[in-house]
Amino acid sequence: MKLTFRKLTGLTALTTLATALALTGTAATAQDKTLTLCWAAWDPANALVELSKDFTAKSGVKMKFEFVPWPNFADRMLNELNSKGKLCDLIIGDSQWIGGSAESGHYVKLNDFFAKEGIKMTDFAPATVTGYAEWPKNTPNYWALPAMADSVGWTYRRDWFARPELQAEFKKKHNRDLAPPKTWTEFKQVAEFFQGRMIDGKKVYGAYLFTERGSEGITMGVTNVLYPMGFKYQDPAKPYAMDGFVNSPDAVKALEFYKALYKGSTPPGLTNAYMGEGLDAFKSGQVAMMMNWFAFFPGLNKDPNVGGDKIGFFTNPSDKGKGVQLGGQGISVVSYSANRDAALQYIKWFANPEVQKKWQAIGGSSAAKSVLNDPAYPKSTPFAQPFLDSMGMVQDFWAEPSYAQLMLAMQKRVHDYVVADKGTAKEALDALVVDWKKVFKDDGKIK
Amino acid sequence: MSRTGISTAHSVVEPTAGTRGIASALVVLYAVITLVPLLWIILTGFKTPSDAISYPPKVLFSPSIEGYCNLFTTRSRQTPEYIASLPPASGRCEQVARDTGTVVAGTSNYIPRFINSLIIAFGSTVLSVGFGVMAAYAFSRFKIPLKDDLLFFILSTRMMPPIAVAIPIYLMYRELGLSDTRLGMILLYSAVNVSLAVWLLKGFIDEIPREYEEAAMVDGYTRLQAFRKVVLPQATTGIVATAIFCLIFAWNEYAFAVLLTSGTAQTAPPFIPIIIGEGGQDWPAVAAGTTIFLVPILVFTILLRKHLLRGITFGAVRK
Amino acid sequence: MNTPVTPLAQTAAAATPAPLATRLRGLSDRSVAWLFVGPTMLLLLAINIFPLIWTIKLSFTNFRANRPNAEVLGVGIDNYVSVLTDPDIWVAMQTTAHFLFWTILLQVLLGFTLAWLIDRKFRGHGFWTTLILIPMMLSPAVVGNFWAFLYQPQMGLFNYAVSALTGIAPSSFSMLGSVRLAPWAIVIVDTWMWTPYVMLICLAGLRSIPDYIYEAAEVDRASPLRQFWSITLPMVLPFVMLAVLFRGIENFKMFDMVNLLTSGGPGSATELASITLKREAFEKWRTGYSSAFAVILFVAVFGMANIYVKALNAVKNR
Repeated sequence: MKLTFRKLTGLTALTTLATALALTGTAATAQDKTLTLCWAAWDPANALVELSKDFTAKSGVKMKFEFVPWPNFADRMLNELNSKGKLCDLIIGDSQWIGGSAESGHYVKLNDFFAKEGIKMTDFAPATVTGYAEWPKNTPNYWALPAMADSVGWTYRRDWFARPELQAEFKKKHNRDLAPPKTWTEFKQVAEFFQGRMIDGKKVYGAYLFTERGSEGITMGVTNVLYPMGFKYQDPAKPYAMDGFVNSPDAVKALEFYKALYKGSTPPGLTNAYMGEGLDAFKSGQVAMMMNWFAFFPGLNKDPNVGGDKIGFFTNPSDKGKGVQLGGQGISVVSYSANRDAALQYIKWFANPEVQKKWQAIGGSSAAKSVLNDPAYPKSTPFAQPFLDSMGMVQDFWAEPSYAQLMLAMQKRVHDYVVADKGTAKEALDALVVDWKKVFKDDGKIK
Repeated sequence: MSRTGISTAHSVVEPTAGTRGIASALVVLYAVITLVPLLWIILTGFKTPSDAISYPPKVLFSPSIEGYCNLFTTRSRQTPEYIASLPPASGRCEQVARDTGTVVAGTSNYIPRFINSLIIAFGSTVLSVGFGVMAAYAFSRFKIPLKDDLLFFILSTRMMPPIAVAIPIYLMYRELGLSDTRLGMILLYSAVNVSLAVWLLKGFIDEIPREYEEAAMVDGYTRLQAFRKVVLPQATTGIVATAIFCLIFAWNEYAFAVLLTSGTAQTAPPFIPIIIGEGGQDWPAVAAGTTIFLVPILVFTILLRKHLLRGITFGAVRK
Repeated sequence: MNTPVTPLAQTAAAATPAPLATRLRGLSDRSVAWLFVGPTMLLLLAINIFPLIWTIKLSFTNFRANRPNAEVLGVGIDNYVSVLTDPDIWVAMQTTAHFLFWTILLQVLLGFTLAWLIDRKFRGHGFWTTLILIPMMLSPAVVGNFWAFLYQPQMGLFNYAVSALTGIAPSSFSMLGSVRLAPWAIVIVDTWMWTPYVMLICLAGLRSIPDYIYEAAEVDRASPLRQFWSITLPMVLPFVMLAVLFRGIENFKMFDMVNLLTSGGPGSATELASITLKREAFEKWRTGYSSAFAVILFVAVFGMANIYVKALNAVKNR
């Protein structure tokens, strides 16, 4: 080959480029390892970004975050997991995904890692371990570390409740003080008391309830009435036997109660409303009481319009029994991740009691006993005690692998009855039993 | 009998001033009514989040850039003591954040999504119009067996609901590793748009007399050269109009984007409706995102609006 | 024939080496046709046809995309039977039909009227036309999202605007909350978005009518009404039919705008066929079942479009 000047320059350029690329390549892999953590986009996630700076400082591993808002979180992330996507190294997945993710091999089983690093599940609140980490339930098989303890709670306008004229009027009507309700009967009275009342020149309404149709909203709302009034998912003695438990007379009564509340004590237009709409409704001063996840309460407490003195918190009302819908998530390592060791290191760092304490302080909600059982905890925030009380009575929805179908069936039946006025409560629950039986039959769980 | 071409009676050809006035008034009325929602959204982009959700809705408000700042940043809430301990704010948006008790934690994903939209929309437009003009020329000039059926078949590819096609494409892309890639999305949008491109461009090319290129070929041009040097310049209007339609579709597409992309190749339409503030949707940021996203298409269309009108004549109908 | 060879041809012949020139000139029309049509057909085959065939194949199985390792059984036409006997599917089809009918009707009426008014060519009509076009340049998903905000009875503009015009209290009705009103809510938004599109097509149609036809009618002393009826309408009809075809196909597939506006609610009042399909395919992961539904939908649209296009051609050619 004749070595002309042109060819020489070309060759040199090419070699330099190749060497440069090779060098930067190796330098890159040696230096910047990045972990991507996937979660829902909400206040605690932003807090986690702050907290994770500590991990980066200690380990040198950079953190990237992929946050998806709740209505789309399940769709997006389950899609990602089902396609064996490599986007997420760590995922803080919803408690209901545990069954499916464990059985399909999306999550790394953590038992060995916990044993090796001395991470004990007894260090975490039992409800959170069962709810966020175990599959099958009540067996020592762990697929996540409890990360965010959460449940449904209530906020109320303390400043309105404190008004003397309202207190007097309420006392005259109901012969008791105007105070956060302890039972659902009391709740209805308070809600109807505020419904349509003029406060500070604007019409206000009694309560805000979850009614969202698309993902899980209305189910997460209605269970808070169902559980205390006696609804059960199945016969405690016989798994998947649902007749008479899902559609028991108690359950029918509870569903009718939720609908009555929705029709008579809520603002207009909230027919497809979940977390964000609730916060909008409460912050804009439309409602006296709001149902939402405890995760939002730190932010609400600091809100300039409705926080501080104006806001108060209470636990889910009881009826025959107690119960409240479990929220919260555990953090898992995605089995398709290319950075499994680094991801496990993150989990180890997160499980540290000091980090858990910081997590609690910065806006997260720790599930660690060291934080929850600390004597200073109940007084640490106005919602800490209601939260502790809630965590003592939480129940969760099905966490089966086919939980999505079970959820969609309940969403449809409940929304059709409560919001779209289709049929009776008994018909809705009977139809739900039929739907659920079909799902379990397809799954081979019942004949 | 009227003078040639101009009638004294109110002819459909030459409307009276009165008719013009009424027409003008009605059209302006419609335009104003139809633009009010859009103006409201643009205005919302300049409200603070609490103004945006106030009830009754506020028409008069003090403007703020919080919406735009929120669009481009992620923030985390901190205690006032912590904020006081930080060095002075480095920019307008940092100051706005601190005023609401938060600090800027990083940049949001909006710009990467916007860039993805640019790459994917323009890339697929180029591809679909490129393929489309070639196929349209062939359908127009050559005797292709089963031409009418093939053309209807091409149209029919647009009839499947995107969700339905998404299932196998999702599976296919998963196998091929095209899931969540820009290339995958460009190919997909091109395939969807090429049917529209072929139909539109065939109409245009049908209108260009064959004599021009035949003369050129007699002069020694090959078919390809005649296509490039004679036909394409004359079809410019049609190509531009087709490109506008293809671009609008690819730019605004949602269903495929939300099902087939996540972190890497996601475009703006799946991203904007899920911009969350502290819990609820950050309406000023959503409004800001919507406004900014509209601008490129608006500019593009305004610059090329004359071609747009011609674009939908579909010579297929003329004949 | 003794045509002198042009200088261009001479230069072309001189520049290229002899074998190449022969090859280039030899690229027959047939080869060009294949070369030009090929890429398009390949792209369509890969991205449209192959998945369609795959969908058809899946529709005969019990495959679920979220259990890729589970055993896949052929189930014959079970899925099709399930789809066609499912009352929820029929409700979705009815909802879709209602949506299609009213959106097309309103858009054609409004669009044609607007086009006719604009064709009067008043001063500034170009400017106002461009303004009217803006809604259709927005992303349907984003439109659905912010109209949910506009329809909010407490915080949104729509109820207050209606109240200002009619005196009804803003909080007394909820467009998205009422089973009665929600179907109209989605019709309104779609009409808001796409009337400009129909307007453009009708405008092109109106502009394509040569003036001399009207002038001839003037000579015959036909009244404006008669001119409109016998000249304008018949000559614009093919364009209107084309607009109906395209809007019909698009709205049959409608998903993003309605999904973001109502999620198919309240209840199932606005659950269009595509939304049901998405639920079955991507939330319940019943891939086989949803594939059968998709095939049925496709056949329905294909059949109707086929008939329609034949009618359209008949109108064109009369």
